[in-house]
This record gives sequence, C-alpha cells and structure tokens, in this order.
Amino acid sequence: MALARFLVRRVLTGILVLWLVATGTFFLFFARPVLVVARGLAGRAASPQVIQQVIRDLGLDQPLMVQYGHFLNRLFLHLDFGYSYYNGESVKTIIAQDIPITASVVVGGVVLWLIVGLSVGIISATRPRSLFDRVSTVGVLAGLSAPTFVIGELLIIAIFVPLNQHGFSWIQTGYYPLSQGVIPWMGHMILPWVTLATVQAAVYTRLSRGSLIDTLGEDYIRTARAKGLSERRVVFRHGVRAALTPVVSQLGVDIGGLLGGVVVVEQVFGLSGLGQDSVQAIATGNLPVIIGFVIVAAAFVVVANIVVDMCYALLDPRVRLT
Amino acid sequence: MSLLDVTDLRVSFPTADGVVQAVRGVSFSVDTGRTLGIVGESGSGKTVLTQTLLGLTPGSQVSGTAMFNGVNLIGLGPDQMRRIRGEQIAVVFQDPLTSLHPLYRVGWQIAEMIRAHDKSVSRKQARERAIDLLGRVGIPQPSRRVDDYPHQFSGGMRQRAMIAMALSLSPKLIIADEPTTALDATVQAQILDLLLRLQQESDTALIMITHDLGVIADIADEVMVMYAGRAAEKASKHDIFYAPHHPYTKGLLESIPRSSAAADRLKPITGQPPSLIHLPSGCAFHPRCAYVMDRCLTEEPQLRSVGDAGAHKSACWLPAAAIGTAEAAEAARRRAVGEGRHAAAARVAEEIAASPEGSVIA
Repeated sequence: MALARFLVRRVLTGILVLWLVATGTFFLFFARPVLVVARGLAGRAASPQVIQQVIRDLGLDQPLMVQYGHFLNRLFLHLDFGYSYYNGESVKTIIAQDIPITASVVVGGVVLWLIVGLSVGIISATRPRSLFDRVSTVGVLAGLSAPTFVIGELLIIAIFVPLNQHGFSWIQTGYYPLSQGVIPWMGHMILPWVTLATVQAAVYTRLSRGSLIDTLGEDYIRTARAKGLSERRVVFRHGVRAALTPVVSQLGVDIGGLLGGVVVVEQVFGLSGLGQDSVQAIATGNLPVIIGFVIVAAAFVVVANIVVDMCYALLDPRVRLT
Repeated sequence: MSLLDVTDLRVSFPTADGVVQAVRGVSFSVDTGRTLGIVGESGSGKTVLTQTLLGLTPGSQVSGTAMFNGVNLIGLGPDQMRRIRGEQIAVVFQDPLTSLHPLYRVGWQIAEMIRAHDKSVSRKQARERAIDLLGRVGIPQPSRRVDDYPHQFSGGMRQRAMIAMALSLSPKLIIADEPTTALDATVQAQILDLLLRLQQESDTALIMITHDLGVIADIADEVMVMYAGRAAEKASKHDIFYAPHHPYTKGLLESIPRSSAAADRLKPITGQPPSLIHLPSGCAFHPRCAYVMDRCLTEEPQLRSVGDAGAHKSACWLPAAAIGTAEAAEAARRRAVGEGRHAAAARVAEEIAASPEGSVIA
C-alpha cells in the first residue's frame, strides 16, 4: 500500500520534471524569430523554398503557445519526437536503435566496476594501511586521473590492434547485437566495459572503502564481535550490509546519468549509441533529435532516482517510502 | 579459585601522540553468583579493562593474565576466543541504540548469536528461543516484537533486548558496561532490577561497570574503584560506602546527592582526570587530592590491606587507621598530612585550593 502510494507520487513528480525539461527545451529552441527556428529545423544548407515549406508544415507561423500545445500533445500523448531533418528518419526510431547499444555499454560496465570496486574496497577497508591498501589507494588515484579517451585509445593500441594482427579476432570494436550471440557481443563490448569501468571502479573503491571503514567502527560491529561471530560474518553480514547503502544510492545516480550517453566511450569505440548520436546531433544542429535525446536522458535520471529510493527502503528498514 | 582471576593486567595503546596507558596493573577476581562493581570516571580504564578480557581492543598491547575457568583469556587464539565470547562471557553495552544492528530484526540478532555457537539449532528453534528470552526480560507480546527492528523499540526495551541476547546462551559471566547510562532514571531502576533478578535466577557472575555509585549501591557485592588505569580501592560494598579509605573514593561519595543531606552543598572533586599519556608522578591522584603529602609526588602507592579483615585494600599513603567518615578518621588524616606535607606538596595543595571549588586540608 505504502509502496503503491509512493510509486504513484513519484511517477507524477517524474512526469512533472519531464514536463519542465520539455518546456525548457521547447522555449530555448522555439522562442526565437520564426526564420531562425525554421532554418535550424530545415538544416544549414536549406533553400528559401524549403524553409517556407518547413514553416508551413510545422506550423511555425502560428502563435508560440499554440505551437507549444502541439509540441506537448505530440510528445506526451503520441511519444512523437519529430523527424531528423538529416535523413528524415523518425527520432523515435533513432532512440530505439541507440538504447540497446548504450545500455550494453553501461550495464556491462556497471557489473565490471562493481565487482572490482567493491572487492578492492572491502579488502582495503578490512586491512587499512596494509600493503594492499596502499597499492589500491595509488591505483584509485591513477584510475581517477586517467581520462576515459586515453584509456580507450590505449586499449585499442595495446590490445585490439596486436590481437587482431595475430589472428585473435574475438575482441572487436563497433556494435554487435546481443540477440545474435552472447559471445561475440561480449567480444565487441569488452573494451568499452573496461574503459568505462576503470574510472568508475576507482570511484567505487574509494566510496566502499570509506563507507566500510566507518561502519566497522560502529558499536554494533563491536556487539557482533562480542557475540562470538566469525570475523568473516562480522565483516560481511554486519559491516558490508550496512556500508552498502551509500554505494547503492551513488550507483543509481551514476546509471541514470550514464544511460543519457556515455559519449567518450561510444566515440572511441565507434558505437552509435545515445552519446555519440547526441554529439552528432548537436554538431549538425539537428534540433528534433537534440530535443528527443534531452527528454530521454531526463527520463533515465528520473527513473533511476525512483529505483534508488525504492532500493533504499529495501536496504534500510528505517527508511519509509512517502 | 574464582571464576575469573585477573592478575596484573596492563593495557596500552601506542598512538601518534605517545603511549596511552589505559590499564596499569589491575588485579581482581569474580566468583560465580557474585557481582563486582567497577567504578570510575570516564577514562579511568574500566571499559578497556573488560573489553580486553574478550579481545575487543584492537591495536592494544596487553600483559598480565586473566584466568577464566582455567583458561588464560590474554593471548587466546581467535577461534578459542570466539567460542568464549557470547557463550561463556556475554556483554551488555552502554548504548543499546547504537549497539544493536539497525538493519536487522531484534529476534534475528538474538537467534544469530544462538546459532553461531550451536549449529544444530534450527532457525525456527532459535527464533522460538529468542521469543522466550524476550518474554523473560519483560518485553510485552514477544512473539510479535521479535520481528521488530531496533528503531521500533524504546530505549529501555532495546536494553532489555540486549540483556536477552546476553542471556541467550546462559553465560557464566556477564559484563555490563554502563548498561543504564543512556536510559531514563525510571527505566534505569527497572533494568537494574531485571539484571539482578536474572543473575539470581541463573547464578551468573556479573561485572557491573559504572560511574554511578547509586548503581553500585543497588547491585554490587564487591567494589573496585578505578583511577587513571589502576585500582584505587577495593572493598565490599559496605566498606566502600561506610568506611572509605582512599581520598578519591571519599570524594566520589561526597559528590553524590543525598536526600537526607539536601541542605549541604555537593562537594565536587576538583580538577580533571589526568592524561593517560603523561601521567602525574607518584600517585596519579595527587594533583587533585585534598590530602596531598610529599611522598605522594614521588612514590606510587600500591594496594595494601587497610581494614580489619584484610579484604579491604587501598592504594593510598594515608595511614590504615585513617578509614571511614568518622571524626577520628578525619583527625588521623589531618595528623598525617600535618607531618607529611612540606615544601613540594604544599605548593600542589595551594594550587588545588586556588582552583574553583577547591578545598584542601591545611
């Protein structure tokens, strides 16, 4: 019951947020002289005839508020983002093609960085100031400092190129749909995953190490030891369980943001996902596509936040969903 | 032989600022069915002392022996120590809100301890025992409350749950570390009654750590007064209250409010407890002692018998006759101070007298 009420409330506020984002985007692009807008929508090299055509077709000569009404109507009732002026493709189709690519990069990357970040963080926290801890601290610093495009290029030069030259062709760049085979899909995705995970694993190592060290200093950990539990049970059942909450909330925010586009990784590995296509849309001034991507990215953040809040309530009984 | 015999226990912590000498050679014993009260200010070493027995002081350097049931607890391997923790010696900590895990149900936390020591107990049996224990410590509707989280309990109920957990394996010794400090006055009394009743029912030994002499009066058989990591005085409860020898014990007694002497002002002990890194020379209490004498500045007094029976021991240079609160005892103290205080101690006495609320025996 509480969950249903929470969901309804959060979905409604989510829609409110999306409406605000859509409205902001709309006025940013359309509250300008008609000719400027039409030129933007028709493409840079459009002839005066085409521009007049666009103004008629899209109703740009109508009052702004009427256009706004049409815009919201198309967007929220028909999920219609318009058409790319570049090739006339529906923006909805472009987004639908891009989501699996970006999701492949993000989901695999998340799994990888969680495995690495959490295990290194936990080992470091249980042995503070040990050799392992010191080495991992240096590693974290290196991971945080390394720019994604450098790591990506390095992986291509040091792994992809030599392996393929020697006939080992599993590791590839570009995209291969998951539906056509898991193994080749992983081969195409492994380098993007490693690239994405390197920086994020460093963040999560630091986060989980700090959180677990704090938790292990709590009174209830002393109680757990005084109960005669094994050290492993003290650390995992009592310590890690409580240290997980900040990690989960950070994870939700990160996933939401990354689904909006992992620009650099997609660019480096030639994946035409949300990130690369949005950069392209901005570079070419492809207005309908830009608006579509902005709203999709906002929707991911909204959904991720709802999911994080629900996970929070699952993880911590003191949190009530309201 | 007693259930627990601690001999010359020393605990120190190396830190960046120097070595913290938390416990400096303490000996005591506890018998089955008896209660030892350990009294002292914050930082007197009373908590470190007992946590060391269970190996709960990481980073400490420990020496001395603690024979429990024929086993030396000091230097025990982790596996053997784990079998003693909870099953043989259980602890009730000070703050039940932070001492219970916030993310697990109360009953689960009790059942976890039962199953950690006896794998043959099923989850269901452990849960049944948890319900039974919660009922024994006076939690209403235990079969419903067993599934509550700690934040759904009141402070007193949380401490009852902690006590239920401590009792769950019928330990031979329970260490209660200021179990009532975080609770309301009325709840304090209930918790003490509960501990006392349960102890009598099961004939357990109890170490009650407190800074509150009122708690000692309620519950203890023997008392050890600690100051700066050492035992200042050890005696039966009666002797501590009616025949104190050490000026620190006397100071503690004079600083408790009494309804019978409501008109008198309370006499606080002047000054602060000493730093455990830079301890005063001689007797650690001398910078705060109204009876400070010359030898207190240079020589550290050892525990010695002061009463008739020999069980009453005090670590103070005042003569054995200077015992109790009677006029004669006070006269004996004044006489000793008159003979034993010269230039150096006189300066210390002047400093104490000059501090706010300070008073010394001239």
